[in-house]
Amino acid sequence: MSDNVEVKTLIIDEQEVSARRGQTILQVARENDINIPTLCHLEGLSNIGACRLCLVEIKGSNKLLPACVATVYEGMEVTTNSERLQQHRKTILELLFAERNHICAVCVSNGHCELQTMAQDQGLTHVRLPYRNPQLNVDASHERFTVDHNRCILCTRCVRACAEIEGAHIWDVMGRGINSMIITDLHQDWGSSACTRCGKCVQVCPTGALFDKSKIGSDHPKYPDFLPYLNLMREAQ
Amino acid sequence: MSAFTPPPLPSDDKRWKIVNGTMRKNGFARHALIETLHTVQSSFGYLDDDAITFVARSLRVPLSQAYGVVTFYHYFSLKPPGKHTLTVCAGTACYIKGADKLIATAEKRLGIPQGQTTSDGKISLMVARCVGACSRAPVALSDGEVAGEMTGEQMLEQLERWAVE
Amino acid sequence: MTIEELEQIAQSVSQENAKFDFEVNVCMDLACASQGAEKLRDALVKSAEAQGKNVLIRRTGCMGPCSSGPLVRVDPDDVLYKRVKSDNAEAIVSSLGGEPVPELQCDLSDHFDKQVRVVLENAGHIDPEKIDDYIAHDGYKALLTALTEMTPNGVVHRITESGLRGRGGGGYPTGLKWGTVAKAGGDMKYVVCNGDEGDPGAFMDRSVMEGDPHRVIEGMALAAYAVGASKGFIYVRAEYPVAVARLTTGIREARRRGLLGTGICGTTFSFDIEIRLGAGAFVCGEETALLASIEGKRGTPKPRPPYPAVSGLFGKPTLINNVETYANIAPIVRNGGKWFANMGSDRSKGTKVFALTGKITHTGLVEVPMGIKLREIIEVIGGGVPDGHTLKAVQTGGPSGGCIPAEMLDLGVSYDALMKVGSIMGSGGMIVMDDTSCMVNVARFFIEFCMTESCGKCIPCRAGTAQMHTLLTRICEGRGTMEELDLLVDLCGTIKETSLCGLGQTAPNPVLSTLKYFKNEYIEHIVNKRCPAGVCNIEAAVPAVPTEVLA
Repeated sequence: MSDNVEVKTLIIDEQEVSARRGQTILQVARENDINIPTLCHLEGLSNIGACRLCLVEIKGSNKLLPACVATVYEGMEVTTNSERLQQHRKTILELLFAERNHICAVCVSNGHCELQTMAQDQGLTHVRLPYRNPQLNVDASHERFTVDHNRCILCTRCVRACAEIEGAHIWDVMGRGINSMIITDLHQDWGSSACTRCGKCVQVCPTGALFDKSKIGSDHPKYPDFLPYLNLMREAQ
Repeated sequence: MSAFTPPPLPSDDKRWKIVNGTMRKNGFARHALIETLHTVQSSFGYLDDDAITFVARSLRVPLSQAYGVVTFYHYFSLKPPGKHTLTVCAGTACYIKGADKLIATAEKRLGIPQGQTTSDGKISLMVARCVGACSRAPVALSDGEVAGEMTGEQMLEQLERWAVE
Repeated sequence: MTIEELEQIAQSVSQENAKFDFEVNVCMDLACASQGAEKLRDALVKSAEAQGKNVLIRRTGCMGPCSSGPLVRVDPDDVLYKRVKSDNAEAIVSSLGGEPVPELQCDLSDHFDKQVRVVLENAGHIDPEKIDDYIAHDGYKALLTALTEMTPNGVVHRITESGLRGRGGGGYPTGLKWGTVAKAGGDMKYVVCNGDEGDPGAFMDRSVMEGDPHRVIEGMALAAYAVGASKGFIYVRAEYPVAVARLTTGIREARRRGLLGTGICGTTFSFDIEIRLGAGAFVCGEETALLASIEGKRGTPKPRPPYPAVSGLFGKPTLINNVETYANIAPIVRNGGKWFANMGSDRSKGTKVFALTGKITHTGLVEVPMGIKLREIIEVIGGGVPDGHTLKAVQTGGPSGGCIPAEMLDLGVSYDALMKVGSIMGSGGMIVMDDTSCMVNVARFFIEFCMTESCGKCIPCRAGTAQMHTLLTRICEGRGTMEELDLLVDLCGTIKETSLCGLGQTAPNPVLSTLKYFKNEYIEHIVNKRCPAGVCNIEAAVPAVPTEVLA
């Protein structure tokens, strides 16, 4: 275990911090109340480094690294909020908003949406890119939940929660590129899939793509904080 | 943990035995998914829901994951191919030498967009990324047979021959 | 199999060949095969029988100048015939021992003289389906010598000394990569060959796999010995059925000869190879995506580190090189690292095979020393642009590369020089464009390719390439604005810096390089609503329809 307690000292945003070997930049930053924006990352799920919002600068390297997967090393100097990073984050958010149909005013998650909050935090005031306005389905075949593909940002939290925590793996991604889409089983109605109705996917969804039918028209906050607890309990078995 | 029993073959069609053979050769390991899907496609010409379900259940791969794999790779087809297939190469060398015009001509003649099959099931029109015959661009394949320096006329002649069959 | 046995095989092959008075080699590579090379071979066999001549007629891999095909070479006279039809078979056979057939003779001395053949040394000389042919050309000598006389470290050292860099496009030093995998711990390691030649307009790897499969197998076996791996995978595009067949035969023959399997050459070294088929995804050329695909999954890349050299296939240390890199290994081990390092330029050693295509007189495969001027490749080896047109640009590096303008033809071809001008070496596609090509349209073609091939995992590549495609389409249709052009440049910057893998990080290159050298063409489209090359149909442009997304 001596490897795990080995202490590294590094600098994040001019602040000297200490970390354990094997920790990610994101973990260390959050322990020290340094905010790095994330969307696809969720405590308790595996990290995929896909949303690119947590990219940070490392001194001595021109390459930006995803803080959710990059591990710390002794003497590392990390910048999490340079002008360059802010510009990229804004453009990435623009790309997300223009990709599908994110109309906050009529969205069930309005006021509780991580994408919406992120845009406010990052100071995104308008989208320069042309909206793609794709025609996408809303699948309400499930007795309790609905999937609205118009709001999906393909973070795959639902896929990972279902596969890694619930163990059912009814969600996955089909197609590729701009045509990628989350599906249940053989691209069939959610209601006819082998869904266990546990609702974890809904709780981890950062936007209004997955929602509880009974909450339509009312406040729809989500509570994904149960994941680390479940992992801990599972390890204890 | 109970021992895993693979599902029965979907029918007594002998081709399922070939599919099963690929999986057995790989010890029914999950990583044999793509290999097995290749065998299904070369045996049946395409992959339908029954085939994907059979393979997924046999290899203990979640259905959604198997479907995700099938739709990720352009080589796999969910629909049966036409009796004949015209494939126009759209690699860079072919594009520079007018492959886009060939594709447009074929689409117009057949009345279908690329990637589709005519309603009578006779001809499929496909576009390839690059078949590696760049030195004879533009290239088209008639039922897999490579023909280089393809002209619109030659291509239409081939389509006519198939159409009157 | 021992070195003595290997030499015996080589001897018996040359004795067998000596029984024939002449050798007639027929190129069977795709370009020649698609013009009736098989029928031609049959006709040659018939004519030889009819005329009672003692001729060895051999099927070979690519001879190089595909545009002159079908090609036939007669040995020992070393006479090359071009555009040979089955009707010419009789004349060719009759001429054996006398004067060559003048009207078929192919004088391409300019084309060949500037070339140096290492990777393609056997191309056109051996029957790819016969392992003994390969053995007769020093095949497997390097492997057996290494196994009996060199340590694994010695092999790594020799590769390092050669200065070989990855031929798949990145140009990472091969010896360094091998050293990392060799040092990685663990009882199981893998060696993987990337034969998923995805760059449109490149076919070097196909030709090598089809024309000289044992060269790839031997290279992989040497790598396995050097890094301590016992299992190999060759990942080949399903679109290359002939390559798959040749490699399958090759692996079977190598096993039969005891060159693959357990206890090779009486040593403790064991190694075997399996073939895995790609299924049409360009992104699988990226290392981590390729490994995911071998594992039967969606070919989506993973963030690195961890690098495959540490945690790769099935979580084990894995060495990945491409076909051409492996094809260089046996000659380096045989002739020494210094021999290889003596060829090429400062930081780019050895030779590089290019697939020369597009608007050029002699299309085909060429192998040149690194550092050679682009002008020599285009004007001398390639014979220049045909039909009285003028050269506009040379595209290298496929969808990750860029367009080099005609003014820069005196550039020496090396990894660094190409990078400096905004392109990359890439895997070796070299597409020549003349004044009839519209550079905006070409940029749009590549972005469309990247958009279709994006795996969709990370947002900058997934939606960014789609947005670039929309903006470029608007420009091509004469509907773009100067503000949109600025937006396009801005987008390029974000996609380049924030995409997860090489596909996204390099996707903007074709746009950036055409903007750098051909900005006036963009401006003509935007301001004057005119396509200088006459390619884009601006008048006929229809109002924008939102791009349909799969529902």
